[in-house]
Order: sequence, then structure tokens, then C-alpha cells
Amino acid sequence: MSTDIIDQLAGLTAGSGAEVLRHQREQARAQSQASYDALFTAPDLTGVSPTERLAVATFVAALHGSSAALTHYSSRLAATSSVEIADHVTLLATAAAVAGPYGRFPAGTDLHDEDAPGPVLHLDPATVTTLGRRLSTAFEHAHLLVFRPRESSPEALVALLDAGWSTAQIVTLSQLVTFLAFQLRVIHGLSALDGELA
Amino acid sequence: MSIDQALHPTVVSPTGFTQDRIGWQPWLEPVDESELSPTQRDALIDAGRATSPYFRLLAHDPAILKARTLTDVDIFYNLQAGLPRGEREFAAAATSRFNGCIFCASVHARFAAHFLDDPAEVATLLEEGVDATLTPRTRAIVDAAVALTRTPIEFRATHVRSLRAVGLDDGAIADLIHAAAFFNWANRLMLSLGEPDASNLSG
Repeated sequence: MSTDIIDQLAGLTAGSGAEVLRHQREQARAQSQASYDALFTAPDLTGVSPTERLAVATFVAALHGSSAALTHYSSRLAATSSVEIADHVTLLATAAAVAGPYGRFPAGTDLHDEDAPGPVLHLDPATVTTLGRRLSTAFEHAHLLVFRPRESSPEALVALLDAGWSTAQIVTLSQLVTFLAFQLRVIHGLSALDGELA
Repeated sequence: MSIDQALHPTVVSPTGFTQDRIGWQPWLEPVDESELSPTQRDALIDAGRATSPYFRLLAHDPAILKARTLTDVDIFYNLQAGLPRGEREFAAAATSRFNGCIFCASVHARFAAHFLDDPAEVATLLEEGVDATLTPRTRAIVDAAVALTRTPIEFRATHVRSLRAVGLDDGAIADLIHAAAFFNWANRLMLSLGEPDASNLSG
């Protein structure tokens, strides 16, 4: 089995069509892996714990309905915390999963005929008590980033700051969620392409 | 003063999608240019990025910034075979248009217009959106980028076949997948960590 996480999660085997194509972009292949390693394996630089990272990754994979990635991140989360926590995060995300992208355009634009309002995730108080405010706010932010990024605002960052996320930690959290938006799409796309190359 | 607070920059918001050169202002404090550590400078890859508040904000976590930048460079600038550069940029612009990233769309629409033989479709995309009437090859590229950009992801074997039918080979399709996927990373960072600024327009 390849040690490359995209190969693993896309089900690409050595010599398969899409696996061979990836070697024509060797740097992109290696640095996609390096991105995963920086976020999920390497020593932490900013104070975001492995459990926080894997919980957000599980949440984001479940929001996308990406089953292979969900299995991967939730089993890593279960290993750093517990199966119960991994299952709880998966259930929360599955209940919050909708279809995106949607949202209103900023007030100053003349794009409002394209506005597509949609759900905003607010976790209930019992869930916030269970997860803690820091992780709960991160999940609400991840939902914003995944489904309605055009509705981002400084206020969304204030919510994270108020919940205990530093500027550097918000950068890490933002990179983590948005890297997954990339990684899950590469996995999905290459898997579909590989199926047509067989 | 703590750097752990939100910024509320004074900007002139663009009124819509544009190919003009616009700026971007952060909502969190970037690393000061004079205080970038050697590791942070190394993570910028291109030394010129030290003047960019966006890259200096991302420099708070240099490990992921470095890997991300090197991924970006290969997806868009490795011109050995695959999808022509102009169409990689067009896919980036279409993804940005669909997600609603005015800043990203402005940059990559300009790049697409520069590299394509016929830049007219770039303006059509910005003005009318991803459902605009386009030539068959561009239509297939936009359909694939949009399907990849939706959540849940809707890219299927039928998209691969449509791309082949308009002349993309397998390497070009792999490039398109990466270009659209990468802009789902870039759009969300640009949209969520700051905002576009159309003051000092230099077209």
C-alpha cells in the first residue's frame, strides 16, 4: 500500500492510470503529502492540539460526505481521543451537512441577484458544553468555510478569538479546513478519473 | 497591544467581479515584515511575497504555508504537457466566480486573459457567471470545475468523458482537477481572512 495519503484515500494502486499521471506532477504530489504531514503529523507550531486538528478534519470530511477520508480522519481521532468522541463529531457533521456553496454577497456589491441565503450552523448549548467552546466555535467556523465562504466576516474571527483561538491558531485552523477542501476534491476527482482509465 | 484581535480595515469594496488590479486587506495582524524569521521567509518561497499582507498573515504557520506554496507552483507553473496554462487559470477563475471570491477571480481572470488566444470568454464568465454561454471546450472545463467545487462534490465519470470529447487528454484532465481543487483552498483563505480593496485602482 502506498504511503501517500491521496493515493490511499482515492484507492490508487501503483501503476494505475491516475497514479502514473500524478508522477508527472511530482512536486504537487510530494507537497500535497507535505501539507498533510504539516497539519496532521509534524510537531505543532501554533498550539492547536492533535485532537483539535483531527476533530475538525473529521467534521469537515463528514460535511463533504467523503467516506474514505471520513473513515481515515475519524479513526485517527478515535486513536487520540475515543471512539465515542469520533462518533459524536461524525454525527454532528452529518446532521449539519447541506449543499454548497451558497451565501449572500457583501453589502457593497451589486451582485445581490445572485444571493443564495442558506443555513448558518449554531451548535446547541448542550453540545457546546460537551465539546467546549473552543472546538464548538471551530466547528461553526468550519461550516462557514465549507458551505458559505462568501459570507466570511471579521465577526467570525472575533468569535474564534473570543473562544480562545490566537491569531496564529486561526491561521492553522483556516489552513487545515481549506487544505481539506483541496485534498478531498483531488481524492474525489482522481478516483473518478482513475475509474475511466482502467 | 496584543496581535490576537480582529482588524477592521477601511476599504473601498469592489461592486462586482472585475479584471482590475485590486488589493486585499487582512482581518488579522500579519507578521511584521521586519520580524519575519528565517523559517517564515523560507516558507514564502518567493522573497517578493514578504510585502504581501496575505502571505505574511499565513506566515504565522510557516510549515503549511511552505508546502501549500510549492503545491500551487507545480499545479499552475509546471508547463510540461497537460492543460495549457491559460485554461488552468480559466478553471481557477471559474472556481473563484462560483465560490464568490472577487479578489481571486480578478487575479486569475487577468492571467487567463493574458494566456488565452481569445480572452473574450473571461469577461463573459466574470459578468454572467458559470452558467454563461461559452464555446464547447470552455463549457466542459467550467462544468468540471463547478462539479468539483460543489459540496458534496459532484464530479463524475461523465465529466471525464465530456472533457475527452472536447480534446483534453488524461494529463490535462488531471491538471484541471488539481487547478479547481487548489482554488477551493485559495478562495476560502482569501475570503475568510480579509477582504478585497478597490482603492488605488491601477487597472
